[in-house]
Amino acid sequence: MSQGKIEQKKYVYGVYSHETNFLDAIKSVQADGLTVDDAYSPFPVHGIDDLLGIKETSLHKAGFTLGFTGLVTAFSVMTYVNTMGYPTVFGGKPFFSLPAFIPVMFETTVLMAAVGMFFVYIKRNELFPGKIPMIIDERTTDDKFALAFGIDGKSDSEIAEIKSSLQKSGAEEVNTKSFE
Amino acid sequence: MSKVDSLLREPLINGVDKTYGKITEDIVRNTEGNPPKDWWIAFGFALAGLLLYVIAVSWTIFKGIGVWGLQKTVNWAWDITNFVWWVGIGHAGTLISAVLLLFKQKWRTGINRAAEAMTIFAVICAGQFPLIHMGRIWQGFFIFPYANTRGPLWVNFNSPLLWDVFAISTYFTVSCLFWYSGLMPDFGTIRDKAKTAKRKKLYNLLSFGWRGTAIQWSRFESLSLVLAGLSTPLVLSVHSVVSFDFATSVIPGWHTTIFPPYFVAGAIFSGFAMVQTLMLITRKVQKLEDYITIAHIESMNKVIVLTGSIVGIAYITELFIAWYSGYLYEQYAFYNRAFGDYWWAYWSMMTCNVLSPQLFWFKKFRRSIFVSFIMSIFVNVGMWFERFVIIVTSLHKDFLVSSWNYFTPTWVDMSIFIGSLGLFFTCFLLFTRIFPVIAIAEVKAIFSSISEAAQVKAKKEGSH
Repeated sequence: MSQGKIEQKKYVYGVYSHETNFLDAIKSVQADGLTVDDAYSPFPVHGIDDLLGIKETSLHKAGFTLGFTGLVTAFSVMTYVNTMGYPTVFGGKPFFSLPAFIPVMFETTVLMAAVGMFFVYIKRNELFPGKIPMIIDERTTDDKFALAFGIDGKSDSEIAEIKSSLQKSGAEEVNTKSFE
Repeated sequence: MSKVDSLLREPLINGVDKTYGKITEDIVRNTEGNPPKDWWIAFGFALAGLLLYVIAVSWTIFKGIGVWGLQKTVNWAWDITNFVWWVGIGHAGTLISAVLLLFKQKWRTGINRAAEAMTIFAVICAGQFPLIHMGRIWQGFFIFPYANTRGPLWVNFNSPLLWDVFAISTYFTVSCLFWYSGLMPDFGTIRDKAKTAKRKKLYNLLSFGWRGTAIQWSRFESLSLVLAGLSTPLVLSVHSVVSFDFATSVIPGWHTTIFPPYFVAGAIFSGFAMVQTLMLITRKVQKLEDYITIAHIESMNKVIVLTGSIVGIAYITELFIAWYSGYLYEQYAFYNRAFGDYWWAYWSMMTCNVLSPQLFWFKKFRRSIFVSFIMSIFVNVGMWFERFVIIVTSLHKDFLVSSWNYFTPTWVDMSIFIGSLGLFFTCFLLFTRIFPVIAIAEVKAIFSSISEAAQVKAKKEGSH
């Protein structure tokens, strides 16, 4: 499934009021051989990822990589500063003192992992301040669920097929939306 | 996440007429229209406090920190007390949102948004104190390790004060990101409910263009989970590092290994008390009693009695260890705390933090709004005294009898503290009018599982 990556201009969508109907509807349209382009919901619906074949994100890998970078950076900088850059005697303690470095290493790890992951997240989710989003129906952030199918370049009979499949799946409304 | 809900458990959302649409309406309503009169009155007080803060801080910066009551003997007093107090308060938000998320405590959804906001504002207040205590605030950037033209002369990586810089700034940043990533979908909801173009534009900007597609939600949940995992040790680390400011020194009364866990428990204790104070007011003013229910208040009171008791045990352990150490100076430090010049501060602390929360062993008191409110104020006061007692009583009678001294705050000390409350409440009151104070999407998600459980129950009852 494209998951909104290929942005089409015209969509047909079905609206549902309850998450269980919504999940059943996905199964129903998939049984008709259709592929859902976008599924909208006001909150995360559990079990939808498997139905739509959404792979688990690799955000945590980005987090781990960046966190590890933070750890190594903090360790290297402190070691360099305390042993080579400007070695200073603090109360007769050794210049290289791993226990004293641990708090800063930990904090830097968490900082880099969290900040990095946040940016990867907004990039992957195509979020940006001031971005004009393509929203199929404004009610989907309130109390409705929607299944959308892009219909650019589809024939009338194909569109009719999608519509009837949506009707059959228990959609309360079947609408068309075109984006400028 | 599993969706098993016990039917025996109290519902997390009350009200028979609840639907997804009603949840949106109840929460979004508070961000629309003109604020009520009560809000303006409260905001007026908060602004007056903020003004006082600006005046007192300006005076400090203009004249130098000599305008505080500090002396050679007591060279740390209200500034560090206020700092630790505010940082401690700032612990509840991330604890509620991160730790309780990992423990799958669903009751967190009613209060996590406001608690996280409180955390952020409390950390903002806390961060003020080290800065203004520098005296030369314009050189505040010296605390960051960067290659400079003075040698380069680096910061002291062996110093707990520097660890604090990293701990607090990391905590602040991560809390903000955690909070904001949760806010984006809810801003999207407000945007789609907006009636004017201007409002739509503003909330779209804040929502970063949220759409609510399945893949966005999938990534959203991944991010929340990993951020929660990262924040959990972070919460515990921050106050541990704050306690190192004292524990790594050699001052009797400070030089104890119990400090990190003791400070963390105290921080959670005071943080929950502040959340309790704010939630009791917010639910009433914003008519959110169905979402922040008595069950939520009771849960928070349970955390308060648990952490309050941990703090109590820590106080007693400290006394025991001072006696058992056989070290005269340590013994005197604790004798002096309880029976010296500052006995009143010590016993206020003991009463407010250790004795009074024990009332919450009784269900009746845990579920009483009045008792909860009074107790939350008691704990806030008690925890301020705890920090004051640890800091000032350990310093004011030092090793040389000739330099023994009594600390008295000046008007500037007091104004900065009262003013920081003004700063905090100004931020919080603005938050309650502009932001959704309850995590709309999260509440809907738990509502859906509750309603399923309710359906099962209704079917069972119907078949009898």
